Amino acid sequence: MTTPDTGDRMRGAAADMSGQPSPATALIPVLTVALSLFGLCLLWAFAANAWQSRAFPGPGKVWQVLLREAASGDLFYHLGATLSRVAAAYVVAMVIGSVIGVLLGSYRGADRFFSPWVILFLNIPALVVIVLAYIWFGLNEAAAIGAVAVNKIPNVVVTMREGARALDPSYAEMAAVYRFGPLDRIRHVLLPQLQPYLAAASRSGIALIWKIVLVVELLGRSNGVGVQIYVNFQLFDVAAILAYTLAFVAVMLVIELLLVQPVEQHATRWRRRPA
Amino acid sequence: MQPVGAVVPLRVDIAEKIFRSAQGVSVTALKDLSFEVRQGEFACLLGPSGCGKTTTLRILLGLDKQFSGSFQLPEGGSNRIAAVFQEPTLLPWRTVEQNVRLALPKSLRTKDLDGLFDILGLAGMRSLYPAELSLGLARRAALARAFATEPAVLFLDEPFVSLDGRTAERLRHLLLTVWSERPTTALMVTHNLSEALMLSDRIIVLAPRPAHVLGLFDVPLPRQYRSPQVMSDLLRSFHQKFPGVT
Repeated sequence: MTTPDTGDRMRGAAADMSGQPSPATALIPVLTVALSLFGLCLLWAFAANAWQSRAFPGPGKVWQVLLREAASGDLFYHLGATLSRVAAAYVVAMVIGSVIGVLLGSYRGADRFFSPWVILFLNIPALVVIVLAYIWFGLNEAAAIGAVAVNKIPNVVVTMREGARALDPSYAEMAAVYRFGPLDRIRHVLLPQLQPYLAAASRSGIALIWKIVLVVELLGRSNGVGVQIYVNFQLFDVAAILAYTLAFVAVMLVIELLLVQPVEQHATRWRRRPA
Repeated sequence: MQPVGAVVPLRVDIAEKIFRSAQGVSVTALKDLSFEVRQGEFACLLGPSGCGKTTTLRILLGLDKQFSGSFQLPEGGSNRIAAVFQEPTLLPWRTVEQNVRLALPKSLRTKDLDGLFDILGLAGMRSLYPAELSLGLARRAALARAFATEPAVLFLDEPFVSLDGRTAERLRHLLLTVWSERPTTALMVTHNLSEALMLSDRIIVLAPRPAHVLGLFDVPLPRQYRSPQVMSDLLRSFHQKFPGVT
């Protein structure tokens, strides 16, 4: 330290010194996950073996279907279609839901007035919204994505409203005194405070959205994982249904590991590191 | 009529400030509070706890607009105001340096802050996050932020409370060093008389609630001459002028 000072100490110093865990210990969680998934596959294989049926294929059969669909390009075409719908609906729902949620959390009068609306929309079944969207706006992409977003928006509103209520006014006052511009306020004062709530809304959001996207596709689209599952349901092809489902789950897992977790780690880098 | 470009002092003239509680009880916090801080002067607002000092400061900072009366902030130079709050109020998700730079207007964002960080002993801590600082260091960062903006007036709200005696003393000296290098009109709120005597050119003594000015106490002596002996003389003459004020 440049200033030897008895009164002021650096609490972070110790944390900086404690090095990364050795590679062997870092591998343990990964190995545990791999082992756990392998165990599940093994259990599945045994069960499929014991109860031989076309309706319950083993992991080997599903893997073959997966390879076949991948080779023909169908898998990536449908996965891509579903994934882009999930992404579009997610962005629309997060942006609109966050804006509404923060406004409701900040203005008590507005919150009192609109709270019943939020409860109403929270309780409208996803299927009803989808059917109505297709009837009112036609069987098109905008109606599909809009319907999914409308299903998710009330959830985001509720989470972000809690976030806005938990905002610390002293930061806003500091920003007012130092005349922060509107963009600086959003980027440096508002969003970092809302980050845990955004993360929570995102996590629960993605999982919910992709399930609803499948229903939307099944009811009124001509491509996507939902359509494939419907077609294979008609053909009673359980292996294909499982292949598509697992492929999409795998994609979401990769997104979680490669996108969500690094972003979250970056966003929370300022929290005091454990010593 | 002030000539163009002239410097206007800080002029405060608050007629009344009333708080209304949720139960409908109203409390008069300030009543006929008026004083002036001359250009380049370091003034202290001294009063017992809960007498409305912080309320006054919040009004001057523009954070509380529910009052009757008026005030005039110093003009000339940057026209900016800066504040050091009771808590450091650094953004925890930004480093010390980012916290300081964010408070600067766009045109000054890239200015050289080495000198300021050096004086305040923060040179090695620019890239740390506030959670990694002790309270004393965080307070220094808050001081750095305030002085970096080159304000026309600086408000300090008991910036040294809840520090141990030695750290507070060291920070007072640091404040004086920075302030004498970058002089600006300053108004500090405190209930600590010796702190006020050590730092200020003029002490504005407030009466308990509803706060109004009890009187002024000038300390015309340059700060380097305020030795412990001189300070105890100052303390005595202060008590003669304001018996009952501690």
